Amino acid sequence: MSSPGLQGGRPAKVLVTKIGFDGHDRGSRIVAAFLRDAGMEVVYTGPWQTVENVVNLALQEDVDVIGISSLATDHLIVPKLMEALKTAGLGHIAVVVGGIVPDSEVGLLTDAGVAYVFHPGASRDQIVNTISGLAANARASA
Amino acid sequence: MGHPDKTETTPAAPGYREAKRRWETEYRPQVKGDDVRRNRSGIELKPLYGPDDWDSARYMADLGLPGQEPTTRGIHASMYRGRPWSPRMVVGFGTPEDYNKRMRDLYALGLTGLFVSPCNSHLRGYDPDEVERELLGTCGTLISTSDDMGVCMDGIPFDSESISVGDTAPYTLTAMLIKVAKQRGIQWQSLVGTTNQSDYLSHYAALHMFYRLDLPGQKRVLLDHIDWMNRNVPRWNPISIVGQHMQQAGATPAEAMGLTLSSAIQYANDMIERGKQPDDFLPRFSFFFDISISFFEEIAKFRAGRRVWNRLVRERFGAKDPRSGKFRFHAQTSGVDLTRQQPLNNIARVTVHAMAGILGGLQSMHTDSYDEAICIPTETTARIAVATQNILREEAHLGDVIDPLGGSYYVEALTNAMEEKIMAVIEAVDAQGGMFAAVKSGFVQKMIGQSALAFQQKIESRDEIVVGVNEYVYDGPSGAVPPALERPDGKKLDAYLAKLHAFRERRDAAKVAEALDRLGEAFSSPTTNTYEKVVEAIDAGATHGEVCHRVREAVGFGQPLVVV
Repeated sequence: MSSPGLQGGRPAKVLVTKIGFDGHDRGSRIVAAFLRDAGMEVVYTGPWQTVENVVNLALQEDVDVIGISSLATDHLIVPKLMEALKTAGLGHIAVVVGGIVPDSEVGLLTDAGVAYVFHPGASRDQIVNTISGLAANARASA
Repeated sequence: MGHPDKTETTPAAPGYREAKRRWETEYRPQVKGDDVRRNRSGIELKPLYGPDDWDSARYMADLGLPGQEPTTRGIHASMYRGRPWSPRMVVGFGTPEDYNKRMRDLYALGLTGLFVSPCNSHLRGYDPDEVERELLGTCGTLISTSDDMGVCMDGIPFDSESISVGDTAPYTLTAMLIKVAKQRGIQWQSLVGTTNQSDYLSHYAALHMFYRLDLPGQKRVLLDHIDWMNRNVPRWNPISIVGQHMQQAGATPAEAMGLTLSSAIQYANDMIERGKQPDDFLPRFSFFFDISISFFEEIAKFRAGRRVWNRLVRERFGAKDPRSGKFRFHAQTSGVDLTRQQPLNNIARVTVHAMAGILGGLQSMHTDSYDEAICIPTETTARIAVATQNILREEAHLGDVIDPLGGSYYVEALTNAMEEKIMAVIEAVDAQGGMFAAVKSGFVQKMIGQSALAFQQKIESRDEIVVGVNEYVYDGPSGAVPPALERPDGKKLDAYLAKLHAFRERRDAAKVAEALDRLGEAFSSPTTNTYEKVVEAIDAGATHGEVCHRVREAVGFGQPLVVV
């Protein structure tokens, strides 16, 4: 766990958010704290964001990675987010999803371009290392 | 409310002190280092408890008999001998027809408590045709009109069994249930049940699964609901004060209990400020808690909470009616404790949760399905969860003896220690000006967030072991059948949406518009009961979304209260 030195010298920047209707935010808050402790810059939003909001925030904040937390089936609209990011010219941003995602629906997300799906029990090191690697790639291809 | 010095106050059995000294000499070399152990609430646990840890002379003051002050041993004289706890399962997915079928099946399996859990889009204040179709009915049942509620309740004895509705402000589900009762010629004034998600403070602080309104507006909508239901449906519990949200979000068991009682104090003070008498509304306060796997701690949490509330209502509010101090609660086994890894292990975890809840004296319980960390529970796994309760009642006979752990040196000492922790939380919230102010300022959210992070760090450092996750990891086959995901069928959704549109076409539009206008106007008059207008709007044929939008126009949306 170290502060990733990315291209341009700025630390990795991650948007941690929730889309859809669910409000369970324990996971997203803990992950935001882990990433911040690891030296990344974290933009955190409360729950209930729309796809449009997330795209706008990603654009304004110039993030490298978007982390979507989902507990109660909101992962089902992540493909819509992927589509909207591409349309907005933000296809280089890496999107990860964490939470309750049934095995049989992981493909729905990865086929849509989601870079990684974290399941319950994922460790801090696994989360930090994966996201910092994805951030470096995203920054290089921006 | 305290208890005297716990050390050496009891005239222990002859020879006890000498024997204990000998035990200590033998004990020390057998354990490594200091071996300090604490429970989730931070209470240090001794390796052994005895007569020097609990003063049995305090029996009448601190325990009493079941059904008698301070109700530590249970709120009813007969407890599960008179009436076993109700297995009450949260059921919610798909269309009203799907719900009705699932509920009938579970009912045949021994469910006695009914529960309605609406779609997340409903919780957020929308009608199903206003939101993304992908999410409809994936988490909770689509209920937007009183017709939908009628389909849900087809053949379900909601007139004779108590029913709990997952109803957030402005409580349209309760209004729909009243309308269905009227349509069926049922005495709606005699309905028994609970507006299960009406505790808005717990949603602001922890769960955010509700129709958010600006805080002052939210407060009025709730108080109007309590007041109207108390007067019109007197056996209904218009409020269930929720600790489950806060504990699942990360609060320790003692914090969750303390914060919940602080919310109850807030709501009671709000009602008194309206000129209500404590004994008019307190008998209809009910509670809803989480049960973690920290077995004895949970039992002590419930026993201590019951005692604290029983004393509080008399000492703070001067309640005289014994029903005012009855700490009636539903509890749910902890989803956070369940693992995605080796999911069948969760059946063992849920059994431990359920035992703690039963030994803690709950009135009704939801047991989680073992696939909770994988997906929304399926029919097969929900059946196992109900069976777990039946096994504990029928085969393990956990309901035969009232408060069987009462008088255990450990459980009584721990109940006292939990009470101290709970009181410290209540005092901290009092110092903030009460729960409303403490939620508004973010004080509560910070407390919960810090505890959540501290617990996660213990898992990361392996100070807290989770079997199959950070220790005893086994990557081989789990033996669990992959869940058959229940996603609503596209044709059923189309049919549902067509029915919703037909409902809107069929009704008397002028009558609906008029009822909605009266609802909006009610908010400009401080003396009009706004919930009465919600009931009238639903009666006139308004949909859930229409009522929500009108309420929000009147009181405002407010800013999100998220503290990181």
